[in-house]
Amino acid sequence: MLDILWLVPTFPLVGFLLLACCALPKKIASWVGVGSVGLSALMTLIIAIELLNLPVTEQVFRQTLWQWFVSGDLHVAFTLYLDPLALVMMCIITGVGFLIHLYSVGYMADDPGFSRFFAYMNLFVSAMLVLVLGDNLVLLYLGWEGVGLCSYLLIGFWYEKPENGYAARKAFIVTRIGDTSMALGLFLLFMHLGTLDIQQLMQSAGQTWTSGSSMPTLAAALLLGGALGKSAQLPLQTWLPDAMAGPTPISALIHAATMVTAGVYLIARTHELFLLAPDVLFIVAIIGALTLLISGFTALVQTDIKRILAFSTMSQLGYMFLALGVGAWSAAIFHLMTHAFFKALLFLASGAVIICMHHEQDIFKMGGLRKCLPVSFWSFMIGGLALAALPLTSGYYSKHEILAATFAFEGAGNNLWAAGVFGALITGIYTSRLIFIVFFGEDKTHAQESIGLSIKLPLLILCALSLLGGMIQVPLESVFPIVAESPHMKGMVNGMTSLAPFIGLFVAYLFFYLKPNLPQTLVNTYPGRLLQRFWFSGWGFDWLYQKLLINPFMWFVRVNKKDVVDSLYRLIAWVTRMLHRLLSLTQTGRVQWYAAGIALGVVAIVGLGVWRDHLWF
Amino acid sequence: MISIPVEHGLLLATILFCLGLLGVLVRRNIIFVLMSMEIMFNAVGLAFISGGSRWHQADGQIMFMLVLTLAAAEVAVGLALVLQLYKRFKTVDIDIVSEMKG
Repeated sequence: MLDILWLVPTFPLVGFLLLACCALPKKIASWVGVGSVGLSALMTLIIAIELLNLPVTEQVFRQTLWQWFVSGDLHVAFTLYLDPLALVMMCIITGVGFLIHLYSVGYMADDPGFSRFFAYMNLFVSAMLVLVLGDNLVLLYLGWEGVGLCSYLLIGFWYEKPENGYAARKAFIVTRIGDTSMALGLFLLFMHLGTLDIQQLMQSAGQTWTSGSSMPTLAAALLLGGALGKSAQLPLQTWLPDAMAGPTPISALIHAATMVTAGVYLIARTHELFLLAPDVLFIVAIIGALTLLISGFTALVQTDIKRILAFSTMSQLGYMFLALGVGAWSAAIFHLMTHAFFKALLFLASGAVIICMHHEQDIFKMGGLRKCLPVSFWSFMIGGLALAALPLTSGYYSKHEILAATFAFEGAGNNLWAAGVFGALITGIYTSRLIFIVFFGEDKTHAQESIGLSIKLPLLILCALSLLGGMIQVPLESVFPIVAESPHMKGMVNGMTSLAPFIGLFVAYLFFYLKPNLPQTLVNTYPGRLLQRFWFSGWGFDWLYQKLLINPFMWFVRVNKKDVVDSLYRLIAWVTRMLHRLLSLTQTGRVQWYAAGIALGVVAIVGLGVWRDHLWF
Repeated sequence: MISIPVEHGLLLATILFCLGLLGVLVRRNIIFVLMSMEIMFNAVGLAFISGGSRWHQADGQIMFMLVLTLAAAEVAVGLALVLQLYKRFKTVDIDIVSEMKG
């Protein structure tokens, strides 16, 4: 039954082709769009049951569909590779993807680009599945670029507004920097190890290279570049907040639940290589810790509901990178899964709020929505609790596992752990700030909750998953090296880890519920205002990049407006044109001149033939 | 039978050819241009005949037949063109018809 694996990415692809090529009426388009992903999810379920019934050591399935291309020593086959890691990703992509597709039917109901939207979404799901199922890095790269393209198309989905197009281009270009680095990593790996098949590659890397030598370090660093771009980590994180220009289901599916986790997946997939490069792995941890802190602070002062969630996504991805960096592979994937649940829930709930508020996204124009939007409120509440990692929610288990592993990490473990716990505190603050401002306090508007079943149902299921997802045991023992007995934190440390979100909650309760004027007073002081502006701009990264990269580039473009390199080619064109003019002068239309030309030509050729031996050539 | 040396035949052919060429190049009346071309044809024919008789081969004469046919065809087309030319421009001056230029 595992043979049906190829159907999983094929269904969405067929859906995409149908939606892209035929102008289907809305009703059929929604059936095709949602149905294709639904079928994929069904297939995934069957495969999951089948695979998990096998003994742990045999949980691997490989399906070669065809030889993709052969070039010299490079043989690339279109081979799907299924192991528990790929299976977990597949379940997230098709499961959460299906719920979001279902939600989109309601959310996008009045949009003129309805079937275009579903076409892109289906293409995205298909590409993402190729990414996680790819047996070799080339296939993975195909999916990688495919999801990048879909992300671009969907951020700029409402293309009439120029700023959406700008955001789409920004996302595409920033991630392209990472992708280039990743491509270089691929070249390097192929050059030295002669294969791009992931399993073979990992094996021969372990045999060829010693741990900590320069080659694996360089290769891992280059791959890390790709992961940083896709997963919006420092220093390539600037595109993610702007990516919120797309429709909200896109933010939920691509920019929270699935695509942005591709970087985490890449590192987990090639973890043998990263284990050979402990320095890079340590950098992964540092970047994760920095990103989670920086984006946490930024989320504290944002006013756009979706931007807050975007920064919190970056922050949670930071946790995953932290986990990867300290070698807690399965904790990272576990957090990836629970994050997919609760962040999708939060985005979908915020989408419901946005619809009911007639596309108003500023949280300070909302308030007291608790009573008039009960479904959104409870969804938001559950998602928020899971995000803040309060006990018994799914986020608690995964984050706790990460922090425990971080604390046990030798060397800088304590500092990283402190950063993680502080990040958890901030997560608590900004999450509850969001909920307090939007759903509590005085009524600022009057909204009517007018959402259909196709919106309510996914919210409900995701609520359940966010609450209970922590119970799911991710079956990853066969994929990752076994960590010596999951570390136990001592009582004090354990308590602090669990307590941090509560402190955050309390601080937010104090600041944003009991004394709603207090934050404003703080901001009005000079250092407060400075800090607020600094954080609001995302720690000035956009400004910095504008000054460091974009402005010099624009200056160079202005200077080189006529294109120096091109002048050579322009010269060639000019000479040709001049010669043409010269020759056209001989075309006088006078027959006798032509006849004379012919006669002279014949004389020259005959002369050449006769005196051939006497000429110098 | 008095045999004429081949050099004489070829010399005559050369002179005729050059005269014909000169005519083609300098005459402005298109009928004379055509006639000069006829002379060139015949000069070539003469060269073939003298060559053929020098080496006692029939090839020269066969080639001459070919040249004759060619000349006939050329005259047929050429005269038709001259008629058209005269109809349009009321002249047979070849320099008037210099519109086809680059």
